[in-house]
Amino acid sequence: MAQHQVNYASSAGLPIALTSVDKLVNWGRSNSLWPLTYGLACCAIEMMASGASRYDFDRMGTIFRASPRQADVMILAGTLSKKHAEFARRLYDQMSEPKWVISMGSCANTGGMFNTYATVQGVDRIVPVDIYLPGCAPRPETLQYAMMMLQKKIRRESADMKKNVKQRIV
Amino acid sequence: MRKYTPKDNVQKKSYYTDRFWVAPRVPTSEVEAGSHFESVVKTISNVVTIKDVGVQIGQLRIVINATDNFKTLQTLRDACGYAMCSELSAVDYLAQDGEFEVFYQMLNLTEAKRVRVVCRIKKDEAVESVVPLFKSANFAEREMFDMFGIKANNHPFMKRILMPDDWEGYPLLKTYPLHGDEFASWYEVDKIFGKEYRDVVGPENRDPASVERYDSQRFSRVGYEVPFGAEIEEGKEEENPIAYSETFMVDYTTGTTTLKKRK
Repeated sequence: MAQHQVNYASSAGLPIALTSVDKLVNWGRSNSLWPLTYGLACCAIEMMASGASRYDFDRMGTIFRASPRQADVMILAGTLSKKHAEFARRLYDQMSEPKWVISMGSCANTGGMFNTYATVQGVDRIVPVDIYLPGCAPRPETLQYAMMMLQKKIRRESADMKKNVKQRIV
Repeated sequence: MRKYTPKDNVQKKSYYTDRFWVAPRVPTSEVEAGSHFESVVKTISNVVTIKDVGVQIGQLRIVINATDNFKTLQTLRDACGYAMCSELSAVDYLAQDGEFEVFYQMLNLTEAKRVRVVCRIKKDEAVESVVPLFKSANFAEREMFDMFGIKANNHPFMKRILMPDDWEGYPLLKTYPLHGDEFASWYEVDKIFGKEYRDVVGPENRDPASVERYDSQRFSRVGYEVPFGAEIEEGKEEENPIAYSETFMVDYTTGTTTLKKRK
C-alpha cells in the first residue's frame, strides 16, 4: 500500500484551501463558459475557426452548445436584421442565469456598414452587452481575447447575480 | 439654377448622390430582318398588341399592355421556346411617370436568347400572376409585392417574403427612406418590449463615427481616465494624467491637454 508523502503536520501541508465563495464560484463560472452557437453572418466563420482545432476554444473550457438552455454566453456574431431581432431576444431569454453577451463585429456593435432600414443598429438595443468586439470580421485571436476579457470580468463580479446590476435595462 | 443643398453632413449620409449625374440610357436598335427576334415579334403580335419593340444589348425588349402579360408569356413559352422566366420584378417610376414598370426576363435555352417583356401599371393596380406558367415566378412575385406593394392576382400564396409579415411600407419604393421611416426605426423595440420602452432604449444612432464624450460606459477616455460608469459633466472634469500609455505621451510639466467637445 502506498505511503502518503505529504507531511500533514508541517505548515502548508494541510489539505485545506481557503477562499471566498465569490472566488470559488467565479472560478468555476469563468473557466467553463459555454457559448451558444449563434452565427448570423460572416463573423460566424471566424467564430467557427475559434472553436476548431487551430485556435481551440476547448482548452479554455469554452465549448459551443447548440441549445440556449445549456449555454451561458451568447456570441452575437454578425448582422442582426430587424426581422430576426425578436428571435435573438427570445433565445437570450431562454438562457439560464448567469448569462453574458458578446457583441462580435461591427454589424453587431453598431449596425456597421448596414446603415439601412432592415438592420438593428447595435444589438445593445435588444440585449445587454458585456463585451463589444470590434472588427470586420474580428480574427479568432480577437474573439479569444474577448473571451479572456469576459473571464476577467466574471472574476470581478459577485457570485450573487442579484448584486450584478446590468448597466442597461434592456 | 439648380437648388443648392448644404453638404455639411455629407459624411453622415449613407451615400453621396451627385447633383449633376444623369443615369445613362441603353441605346435601342431596330429588330433585324430575318433574325430570331423578328420571328418572336411576329408570333407575339398575332396574339397581343405590341406597343413598342427594340433590341437592347442583344436582348429583345417588348412593351405590352399589362393585361396581356399572361398571354404573352404563354406564347413565348409554348410557341417561341422561352422555357425559363429567370427574373421578374418592377421599377418605381412613380415620381417620373406615375407608373410602375413591371418586367419579365425570359430565357430561351436552345437559342441562347433573352427577351424582356415590359408593361406599365398605375399605383394600386395589380398584374395577373404567371405562376401557372412558371414556378419560378412564385417567389419573384412575392418579392415584388414585398418591395413595391404590387399584387399578383390569383397567386397561390401572396405574402411578404423578405420583410416581416407585420411590416409597414414597401422598402424599394423611391419614396421610402433608406434609414427607414418611423415604424421601421422602432420596429424591434416595439415588437420585443412594447412602445413604452422607446424612452429607455432611445432612438437609433445613425452616425457611424459618433463619439459621446461624456458617456463613460461605452467610450474610453483619452487624456485622463475615469472609472467605468462614472458621472461626468462638461466643465466638471478632473485632471487625472495617465501614468503610462503606449499611444499617448503625457507631458507632466504642462499637464494633459483637454480635448474640445466634438461638434
